[in-house]
Amino acid sequence: MKILVPIKRTIDYNIKAKVTRDGSGVVTDGVKMSINPFDEIALEEAIRIKERGEAEEIIAVSIGVSGAQQQLRTALAMGADRAILVETEEATQPLHAARILLKIREEEGTDLVLMGKQAIDDDANQTGQMLAALWGRPQATFTSKLTFEDGWLKATREVDAGLETIAVELPAVVTTDLRLNEPRFVKMPDIMKAKRKPLDQRKLEELGVEAPAKLEVGTHEPPPERKGGHKVESVDELVAELKERGVLS
Amino acid sequence: MQALNPMDLYDIRSELSDEEQMVQDTVGRFVDEKVLPNIGEWFEDGYFPRELIPEFAELGLLGSSLEGYDCAGLNSVSYGLICQELERGDSGLRSFVSVQSSLCMFPIYAYGSEEQKEKWLPPMARGEKIGCFGLTEPHGGSDPSNMKTTAKKKGDDWVINGAKMWITNGSIADVAIVWAMTEDGVQGFLVEKGMKGFDAPEIKHKMSLRASITSSLYFDNVVVPEANRLPKVKGLKGPLSCLTQARYGITWGGIGAAQACLRELLDYTADRKLFGRPLTQTQTTQLRLAEMSRQITLGQLMSLRLGRIKDAGKLHPSQVSLAKWNNIRMAMDVARDARDLLGGAGITVEHCPIRHMLNLESVITYEGTETVHQLIIGRELTGEMAF
Repeated sequence: MKILVPIKRTIDYNIKAKVTRDGSGVVTDGVKMSINPFDEIALEEAIRIKERGEAEEIIAVSIGVSGAQQQLRTALAMGADRAILVETEEATQPLHAARILLKIREEEGTDLVLMGKQAIDDDANQTGQMLAALWGRPQATFTSKLTFEDGWLKATREVDAGLETIAVELPAVVTTDLRLNEPRFVKMPDIMKAKRKPLDQRKLEELGVEAPAKLEVGTHEPPPERKGGHKVESVDELVAELKERGVLS
Repeated sequence: MQALNPMDLYDIRSELSDEEQMVQDTVGRFVDEKVLPNIGEWFEDGYFPRELIPEFAELGLLGSSLEGYDCAGLNSVSYGLICQELERGDSGLRSFVSVQSSLCMFPIYAYGSEEQKEKWLPPMARGEKIGCFGLTEPHGGSDPSNMKTTAKKKGDDWVINGAKMWITNGSIADVAIVWAMTEDGVQGFLVEKGMKGFDAPEIKHKMSLRASITSSLYFDNVVVPEANRLPKVKGLKGPLSCLTQARYGITWGGIGAAQACLRELLDYTADRKLFGRPLTQTQTTQLRLAEMSRQITLGQLMSLRLGRIKDAGKLHPSQVSLAKWNNIRMAMDVARDARDLLGGAGITVEHCPIRHMLNLESVITYEGTETVHQLIIGRELTGEMAF
């Protein structure tokens, strides 16, 4: 089995994102960028599958600016075998990303696309599902446990009612939830080895993927600042205040 | 105009290669997740977290700049960044890695026989064997040429007598790199745990480096085979060259300790209201924060330049002395002033500055005291040796 792991370059999860002055987006200049944490979980899972001997090759793919090479190098240092960067200056929306990934999947012939359920920048949670639909193959989303047997995969999914386990025939798309695994730390010797692993750079225009109509973003604004709370003297006072706010009737 | 990173006003980060950035990010995350949540308690309890050794090893932090023997082969700037991030956690943990890598694995790599390298380096990189470095003696550390520990040839063996003091990792070490006076001048010996007459008791009651083990080493007619002598170096240049490696890393470590203090202070002074407004809105607070930032930035420029010189193979030990002096004095000043700005809150381990401040009392003393480094620069300028 060959596994394709899409990697999105996002603002590091430790950074408090700031909205630009004109509200057109968030500040990314000079801000630390990392692998989208859900994609890192997907990559970790792919590496574990390969370590168990159930996959032969892991290909990491990113769509984005030339700087995304750094995230792909990190993916290579973690354990991906090779990487592809589809270079574009434009931000890619889910349907466009799904079409590009479909194209790359066709070229590479991978049986499994293992990807984060969403990216922490736009929180769209759409690309995996759209890819499965375009590809005409089944999907297992929000996966928190993943095993393989006889050309099928078994995925435990986190749903509102609890856990649901489904069996899906390969080839398929799997999107990962937070509790699937804890990604490993990159090891120093592997950082050096990653330099020698292949990283193929392609221009988006050369792929021949048709760009869908774009969603237009109106404006961005930061969440309202939280106001500090205050202490009440008694239960009666607490109940009265909750009623006042319409929380209790 | 976008805001600058308060920890990196001159955007040193953009001077780092992708690999170097990856090293910093990985070790930084490790420190955030595995060290910072617990370090206050470890320090208070005087506990060295041995359970982290396999994790250091797994990451490849032990002997990271050596080539081969299961080591990562990183460049000097990467090694510096490892030290910086570890010391942002705690000087004691950085000390462990400095000693294992620069003071133990480096001399075996540089001056050892092929058999010694094969025997010790791979298990030391895996964290299965721990090393310590015995140079300083109870009567003083700044005058190593006046060494009282001796090694006398007896048949095919050597007999070592004497004592070493303030030895990081001593009591948990499987091997001690011991420098002793011979008829041929100072030579290095690999003294192994359990050799008869060798004892390494821990020094207790420390107020500094409490999350690190410090020991005395005693040698009472310890018989060491010729195969355990480091064959490729004679004279003080052996131990001094190891110190140059370790001191170089320490210059980066000081930056990490100072950044940890400034980071904590920026958060605290923004929240703390006095006289009806946050401390950050007062000029005295701002002046003191600005001074810290100025000092940290200067230190960053020195260490980065030093690392690039070292990677180009043109490092002069006096250049390391200048940066060790500057950066540890800088870190000490930042930590003490941060402690002061925290007011009463600054006296508990809940906030990191007092811990860093106490740790740095050791860091400014070991690996060449501040005074010794100043006199090395004095000697460089005048050509006169005044110590």
